[in-house]
Amino acid sequence: MWIRPENQPPVEMFQLLDESGQLHGEMPNLTDEQLLDMYQWMVFARTYDERAIRLQRQGRIGTYAPFSGQEAAQVASAYALEKTDWVFPSYRELPVVWVHGMPLKQSLLYTMGSVQGGAVPEGVHSFPVQIIIAAQTLHAMGSAWASQYLGDGSVSVAYLGDGATSQGDFHEAMNFASVFKLPAIFFVQNNQWAISVPRNRQAASRTLAQKAVAYDIPGIQVDGNDILGVYSVMQEAVQHARSGSGPVLIEAVTYRHGPHTTSDDPTRYRTPDDVQVWMERDPITRFARFLTDRGLLDDAKDAAIRESAAAKIADAVDAAEAEAKGSLVEIFDLVYAPTPPHLEKQQAEVSQVLAAKAQMAAGAAGGAMGGVGATGATGATGATGATGVTGGPGAAPTSQPAPGNGAAPQAAPHGTPTQSGPQGKGE
Amino acid sequence: MAMMNIIEAINDALKMEMARDERVIVFGEDVGRAGGVFRATDGLQAAFGERRVVDTPLAESAIIGAAVGMAARGLRPVAEIQFLGFIYEAMDQLASQAARMRFRSAGTVTLPMVVRAPYGGGVRTPELHSDSLEGIFLHSPGLKVVMPSNPYDAKGLLLAAIRDPDPVLYFEPMKLYRYRKDEVPEGDYTVEIGKANVVVEGTDLTLITWGPTVPLSVGVAQKFAAEHGVSIEVIDLRTIVPLDVETILASVSKTGRALIVHEAVKGGGVGAEISALISEQALFSLEAPVLRVAGYDTPYPVGAVEDDWLPNATRIAGAIQEIMSYA
Repeated sequence: MWIRPENQPPVEMFQLLDESGQLHGEMPNLTDEQLLDMYQWMVFARTYDERAIRLQRQGRIGTYAPFSGQEAAQVASAYALEKTDWVFPSYRELPVVWVHGMPLKQSLLYTMGSVQGGAVPEGVHSFPVQIIIAAQTLHAMGSAWASQYLGDGSVSVAYLGDGATSQGDFHEAMNFASVFKLPAIFFVQNNQWAISVPRNRQAASRTLAQKAVAYDIPGIQVDGNDILGVYSVMQEAVQHARSGSGPVLIEAVTYRHGPHTTSDDPTRYRTPDDVQVWMERDPITRFARFLTDRGLLDDAKDAAIRESAAAKIADAVDAAEAEAKGSLVEIFDLVYAPTPPHLEKQQAEVSQVLAAKAQMAAGAAGGAMGGVGATGATGATGATGATGVTGGPGAAPTSQPAPGNGAAPQAAPHGTPTQSGPQGKGE
Repeated sequence: MAMMNIIEAINDALKMEMARDERVIVFGEDVGRAGGVFRATDGLQAAFGERRVVDTPLAESAIIGAAVGMAARGLRPVAEIQFLGFIYEAMDQLASQAARMRFRSAGTVTLPMVVRAPYGGGVRTPELHSDSLEGIFLHSPGLKVVMPSNPYDAKGLLLAAIRDPDPVLYFEPMKLYRYRKDEVPEGDYTVEIGKANVVVEGTDLTLITWGPTVPLSVGVAQKFAAEHGVSIEVIDLRTIVPLDVETILASVSKTGRALIVHEAVKGGGVGAEISALISEQALFSLEAPVLRVAGYDTPYPVGAVEDDWLPNATRIAGAIQEIMSYA
């Protein structure tokens, strides 16, 4: 008989702060200033998340994936990194990229559907937001391979969810990272739900951390709502990876308070009681208790932190809303460098169509606009036979660049972040 | 000049670029110790070490995903997929990731990476070793696709691909690897991506093809000229994305007739795209319908019947006769 309980990997969850905010174990090496900074980041994140849902309901941003409940896992793991390390976020990891240097305004432009929304500002070591589940784990592995090749000492962190551990890419990334001993960290936020499918439907293994055993790399499960616990395990993982000892898998056990996205209705698959259990484990409340007990936080200070977060967010929303969102004309130059002839041709068609559209709009505003009717854009080229838009001569007689289209003022360079959250990590 | 076949030309290009540029790293299944199943990377690991010529675990998605991560960090990865038919395993990393990173990041993250893969039929392989899949990637904006047909282009296009700022798929015609040796410059040169090559000039009919069907088509064209006095212009596309539309249209405007020959399945393929471009932009030059000789719309077949499935001299000659019958 070789199948015995002791042959199964051990399952233990690491925790420093319990649900009442009591510290058990060794305090990580963080100054009071850093502790407060981490708290400010969490409050900032939660405040934004709530604001974003309202913005979506008002039609001011697009579909949004809220992260409330996961602030400790995200803020603490990013806080343990150097700015020269690399992060590979999915769509629910905004606090990670903010702590790592991404301006909030950029995240807003992304969700507002700006042509420039996915831009990564110079010097911010983050990949663009990944939509395909677990695809970024391979990019983090490739980046870690590049770091090893270049000997630059940086660590690459793949952020993923419990659902992503079911994907083949997750296995392939862990396997390559292990075989090549790459400086990669796989940081799983097990938030219990992949849209409507619960954690126990993703994997029959008792923990996700134990998947590390198969690759012979360190793996740990940590209370993801314990900001000090997450910071502590992440810090050690970063040291391990940076020192050339290979990859690490971390499973942060947490919870998604809200829907999968603003298009999801979680009442179809879980009860308010289910949620309530986790609201009582809220990472922010827990950390606030700890800080209060240490004399670092009181009601007045907390109110000031919340007020400051709301003000910064309001400024970022104003700035993002004031910015031009770009024209269809611009996208053709974002496919290849340089833009090849077939895309230049389609780009020219778009310029003509948009110019004609603007002319019509101007005509409608001015009352009468002679012959340019609803079909003006294509009708004008009728004589050339083929489809109007490829017609060339005769199309859109006065192709003045239209305001708000091709000639729109170039968006301000994104390398000059004007909005960021609380101060950067105090180093 | 040296005499090289396609495999030797590829090997020469890799060696040259690895020596010139420390950022170039070659990896894939069996590329290191074994030098590749076709020996394309033979001797590279001995010359450049295991750090730069790397045997990976057997996982296509990870091979391409790793290249994405590396290229974004400033390296110049040259990844090999052992046979093009295996690339479906990596479709997300190619079509959703490599192809879109420049676009997704509004031009801030770019991927100078190359994916090499052999393809093409007529060599009695097991299933999924012979498929020509370029059409899939024509339909995936953000990727470039080059398909050399001779040793000179093989070297020049590979050097151009490695130096290109965007992901380039470099597909190698398996059947032509050792087909013949040509003169190839020993030094550095590139063949421009996006430029077709008129390999035979003619006035009556334009035959557009690429990869393994180029020598076949040239043979048929020469035979037709000799036996029927039909002057056929043969264009070797060399690059599938971006297509050299200008060269195609100039030729068709001159000849008034067009035939497209490719090994990939017919429906929704590169031939269909070329035919559509001709009808959109050169319809009134045409004297006859544009025809395609291609693989049939079935999975690539077994060895006993593959020679009849592939474009061959008989099928090409039949299509030429049909086109020329519109007097």
